[in-house]
Amino acid sequence: MQHHDIPGTIVYDGAEAQKGYALNAMCYSFNSAANRDEFKRDEDAYCTKYGLNDEQRAAIRERNVLKLLAAGGNVYYLAKFAGILNLNVQDLGAQQTGMSVEAFKEKLAAAGR
Amino acid sequence: MAQIVGAIATSHIPAIGKAIAENKQNDPYWKPFFDGYGPALSWLKQAKPDVVVMIYNDHGLNFFLDKMPTFAVGAAAQYRSEDEGWGLPVLNSFPGDAALSWHLIEHLVADEFDITSCQDMAVDHGFAVPMNLLFPNAGGQWPVKTIPVSINTVQHPLPTPLRCWKLGRAIGRAIESYPKDLRVVVFGTGGLSHQLDGTRAGFINKKFDLYCLDTIVRDPEALTKLSVMDLVREAGAQGVEFLNWITMRGALLGQVSKIHSNYHIPISNTAGATLVLENRTEAQSQAA
Repeated sequence: MQHHDIPGTIVYDGAEAQKGYALNAMCYSFNSAANRDEFKRDEDAYCTKYGLNDEQRAAIRERNVLKLLAAGGNVYYLAKFAGILNLNVQDLGAQQTGMSVEAFKEKLAAAGR
Repeated sequence: MAQIVGAIATSHIPAIGKAIAENKQNDPYWKPFFDGYGPALSWLKQAKPDVVVMIYNDHGLNFFLDKMPTFAVGAAAQYRSEDEGWGLPVLNSFPGDAALSWHLIEHLVADEFDITSCQDMAVDHGFAVPMNLLFPNAGGQWPVKTIPVSINTVQHPLPTPLRCWKLGRAIGRAIESYPKDLRVVVFGTGGLSHQLDGTRAGFINKKFDLYCLDTIVRDPEALTKLSVMDLVREAGAQGVEFLNWITMRGALLGQVSKIHSNYHIPISNTAGATLVLENRTEAQSQAA
């Protein structure tokens, strides 16, 4: 549910959690190094193992954070997918806001001034 | 009797754990943040806690969406640090105090908080980073026993600030009714404002954070008038971790005074903050 009061913000509720269950279950499995390796060996087979739908598989393939969120991904589980890709939260923020990583970091620093 | 001698609130941003592992405390980026911990360490040294009650949130290590307790209390002899998937070092296990945990669980349920008890629990950066920050010389031999209290900040509906305040009050009453002479410090972790997801990612609200840092000391019940949506709007989607701070503050039943606070933007995508509070009983306040 995109909360109408708060632009650009996801209120991760029951509807989201139902929609994203398979995607998040896969990402939760990435707590284990063996599972991360298995995913890296054959991403498609791993997505099938966890029953991802087409929208979720496409978002994983494209490494597109907003699409992963739209497909029901929760940011805390998605962070474990980002870990596989060696992306930190500034990289994710930059991608979601369409900024360069440098510009995104500057935006964060500017909030302190 | 057990006594809650004070509380420390601190951010638990994963990047802090990495910075500690890489000894970056004096880097220009990190120094303004780590410098905020000196007074907290001094206070903790003289507070000599036997037990830390750690009020935090799990971010997808111990709990998944299959079973998501609103409030969970650890009841184990130890709590594991584990791989979270993105390279944060795994630390030595944290010792528990199962007897005090069960005392807390008994009292909370009698007090109508229907918590989930956990005899097997891995604790993530929400727990481990504050331990690493506040016991920097432990070398993995943690000098306190710990009791994890995990609050759901992942999947809405989240508990309200008022409910968290009341939980904190109940924790305070439960701990202070424990017959052993233990010195207890409550940690509340997370925050302050930050948002990781959506097109508002990178949102930080200094004005609201400074209001919270001040109000939680002198008028904490004012914060219980906020709704969860107020927190999402003003503190960001993940800034709702402030619920952990409100719970912590609720556990302080005596005369509360601020020992120290620090606030620094940014650490990673977050406003980093620390707050140290002392809790004195009526009798101690009169004697002082």
